[in-house]
Amino acid sequence: MKFKGKAIKYRNNVNTDEIIPAKFLNTRDDSELGRHCMEGLDLGFAEKVRKGDIVVAGRNFGCGSSREHAPVSIKAAGISCVIAGSFARIFFRNAINIGLPIIESEKAAKSICDGDEIEVDLQNGSIKNITKNEDYNFFAFPDFLQKIIDSGGLIPFLKHSKNA
Amino acid sequence: MRQTITQKILAKHSGKKEVQAGEFIDANVDIALGNDITSPLAIKQFREIGQPKVFDRNKVVIVQDHFTPNKDIKSAEQCKFVREFAHEQKLKNFFDCGSVGIEHVLLPEQGIVGPGQVVIGADSHTCTYGALGAFSTGVGSTDLAAVWSRGKIWLKVPESIKFVYKGRRKKWVYGKDLILYTIGKIGVDGANYKSMEFTGDTIETLPMPERLTMANMAIEAGGKNGIVEPDGITLKYIKSRFRGKPELYRSDTDALYSDVVEIDVSRMDPQVSLPHLPENSKPVSEVKNTHIDQVVIGSCTNGHLEDLEIAARVLKGRKVHPYVRLLIFPATPAIYLQAVKKGYVEIFIKAGGIVNPPTCGPCLGGHLGILTKGEKCIATTNRNFVGRMGDLESEVYLSNPAVAAASAIKGKISYPEEV
Repeated sequence: MKFKGKAIKYRNNVNTDEIIPAKFLNTRDDSELGRHCMEGLDLGFAEKVRKGDIVVAGRNFGCGSSREHAPVSIKAAGISCVIAGSFARIFFRNAINIGLPIIESEKAAKSICDGDEIEVDLQNGSIKNITKNEDYNFFAFPDFLQKIIDSGGLIPFLKHSKNA
Repeated sequence: MRQTITQKILAKHSGKKEVQAGEFIDANVDIALGNDITSPLAIKQFREIGQPKVFDRNKVVIVQDHFTPNKDIKSAEQCKFVREFAHEQKLKNFFDCGSVGIEHVLLPEQGIVGPGQVVIGADSHTCTYGALGAFSTGVGSTDLAAVWSRGKIWLKVPESIKFVYKGRRKKWVYGKDLILYTIGKIGVDGANYKSMEFTGDTIETLPMPERLTMANMAIEAGGKNGIVEPDGITLKYIKSRFRGKPELYRSDTDALYSDVVEIDVSRMDPQVSLPHLPENSKPVSEVKNTHIDQVVIGSCTNGHLEDLEIAARVLKGRKVHPYVRLLIFPATPAIYLQAVKKGYVEIFIKAGGIVNPPTCGPCLGGHLGILTKGEKCIATTNRNFVGRMGDLESEVYLSNPAVAAASAIKGKISYPEEV
């Protein structure tokens, strides 16, 4: 899988209350969640986000509440993948489970600036910063996680394994 | 050998003699929990799998505690959606209507969770049950749906950090202060992906509600689970409650830890975590005189009967500051009833407090106590993130129930001795 988009940059410790405030947790509608993505952190997000854009953040992205509405809202807002220095563990699982690609790279998280044009190749484990002409590598996921990602998330993966 | 309690529980549940940190396992799950916020997404995903029945109707637990009593039409619809699923699946432990309590206080109280279990919950504070000597961790809705289907979950065996608390606690210092101090010391990602094992002579005498408070907040340091080895206090607590057969595990004396953190409790003061992260903990003396508009006493962290008793002791015969809203949330119906019987509710109401039904309510900015721009609240809850309790420009300070009650009387953050 390859993605290309503009980086939208955030700080360390972005929590899931900021990604999707609790007042929007009274719905299970993906597109509604997508419309309110990042409203606890960046009220201008909905205006600036373009399909394919890439969220880049510091350490501990997605900490706090286990609400899966957070990665769901990011995906529904059109974000192609999230790059962070590190991820909080529940968010990490949730993102993989719903098929939102995430990449852990401290170097990329530090070097990429807001607005940089970024290209990601999941298979090769490479991130290209077109604006800055820099490359960053990241480690591949363990095999079984990659299978979940390739299936498009945990549910399609389970359905596939049941039928296999 | 050389296994921690967490490793031993995970090994047992994955049919292995022992497991190593970093190893991926497929573990059998004893209890799979959801609430009215996370269950709707889980049900949607479960339907997608196309399996008619959950793996075991006795092991799937749902508590409608977050936005109940229904805060708006959409929440009512979500609860109805969950209710229909729970009835259709004939879930044995479905808490709705008058049986609702805050999940992480309710499950230990009702004896649904106990020592040696693997508990998976679509709520980040599921780590609470580690206080009983269980492996217990939070996941999202899709993971929960998969557990409802398979009765199993993939897990990476965590490394463990051993926290050793030593010394006698000063008056007004509780488990809440120990954990706020600890998060301040290691940071909000100081235990990311790891197990936090709470040990030491201070823990050995720490009452169960305070152990539950500590394990509850392991997630606030990024922890996968918080855990306390079961002992006499555990056995006494579960004796008339736990419906299962307790399995008691202890860490080997030569078990491997990624880090050992020693904390001297004897000189610790009550702690307050400043906005907007739980790691901003300071002794109460350093934040005294911060004016507040609201006080919340309750939540899965500090809504136990013992927490209400502490608050009642401070508030007895006194009045809440006229400019302050004091909101109290007994965590379960049984706690509410006891608080009535023991006279705490009378003390709260006479002091000018407002006693609410058991619900998560304002803790996550749901309802029953939302803050507007510029308002400040001191709360016995677990998170003080930006906008957590309402407007993005409101502030939440975290504390124990004694500090919260004293602050309600003075109208500013105060030390309990001051009232």
